[in-house]
Amino acid sequence: MRVLLVDDELELVTTLAERLELRGIAAEWATSAEEALRRVETNTFDIAVLDVKIPKVDGLELKKRLQEKCPGMKFIFVTGHGSARDFETGASEVGADYYLVKPLNIENLIAKIKEALQR
Amino acid sequence: MATGSDEVEPIGVRFFGKMSASISHEIKNVLAVINENAGLLQDICFMADRGKPVDVSRLKRIASDVMDQVRRADRIVTAMSRFAHSADEPSAATDLGELTALLGVLAMRFAAMRGVAVQALAPSAPVLVATFPFELLNLLWICLDCAMTAAGPGRMVELVAEKTAEGGRVRFRSLEPPGAESVADSALGRLSALPRVLNATIAADDTNTELVVRLPQGPLA
Repeated sequence: MRVLLVDDELELVTTLAERLELRGIAAEWATSAEEALRRVETNTFDIAVLDVKIPKVDGLELKKRLQEKCPGMKFIFVTGHGSARDFETGASEVGADYYLVKPLNIENLIAKIKEALQR
Repeated sequence: MATGSDEVEPIGVRFFGKMSASISHEIKNVLAVINENAGLLQDICFMADRGKPVDVSRLKRIASDVMDQVRRADRIVTAMSRFAHSADEPSAATDLGELTALLGVLAMRFAAMRGVAVQALAPSAPVLVATFPFELLNLLWICLDCAMTAAGPGRMVELVAEKTAEGGRVRFRSLEPPGAESVADSALGRLSALPRVLNATIAADDTNTELVVRLPQGPLA
């Protein structure tokens, strides 16, 4: 299982990647949409965990671009926002069960990753 | 609302909501980072219980990272407190330098999302005007929002507070000509009654490269 984490909070993605690695899950990270798109050019990922609000290109748009490059890729959205509109938009893209709110519970995240990969 | 003006209350509520949502988002991010660092400490303890040697330098880095996040949260909450108290009452001595610095902090995330940098340049001396601080912040935010849109990704918008013979002014720099006139038009279209309540004028400068908000020293209307 290979996971791509995308969030403009550098320390968040690096620490989360380290914790996933400790649990035997290969994780890489990117802090911008551009960097994420570059990563999938050279690496294969099963799933991307995307922050909905990242600079310049939002998570929804990034999901579309990643899907074009990696048709089989699954997605989970993460947000710090709790607005109803954001939830509706994000949930309509990936399903309400795969729209997680920060701070994350890593065991819950891993359970959601596994669920998403079995869909 | 400190002005007592019903005309600017709806726009003020929207402004307060927008800033509060942004601040809560920032705090959520801080909590998320602290949460992952605490989780990593738990992971390290778990492994230590099973005999894996603890890398003390790693623990020091985690502690340092958490302290950085606490300092970041303190800056956010301090700005939030100043922002909230700006609505308390009209001020006979509002420092435009302090207000633009606060606006720079409040606008940081909005700017980052657009790939724009915002910098408030500190004046050499206080620029004091009698005004309604919350409504003035609202007006300056709308001007900055329009200026950031006009500037576009990769550019910087500078906020410069200066004393004038009449009172004070705030300049929004780094706009490409002939951008400032259209930015002023955009801002005026969104400002509702704020310019009148604050006795403020909003216009492009002579070179059409800067948006300038001019304010009288007082007294309050």
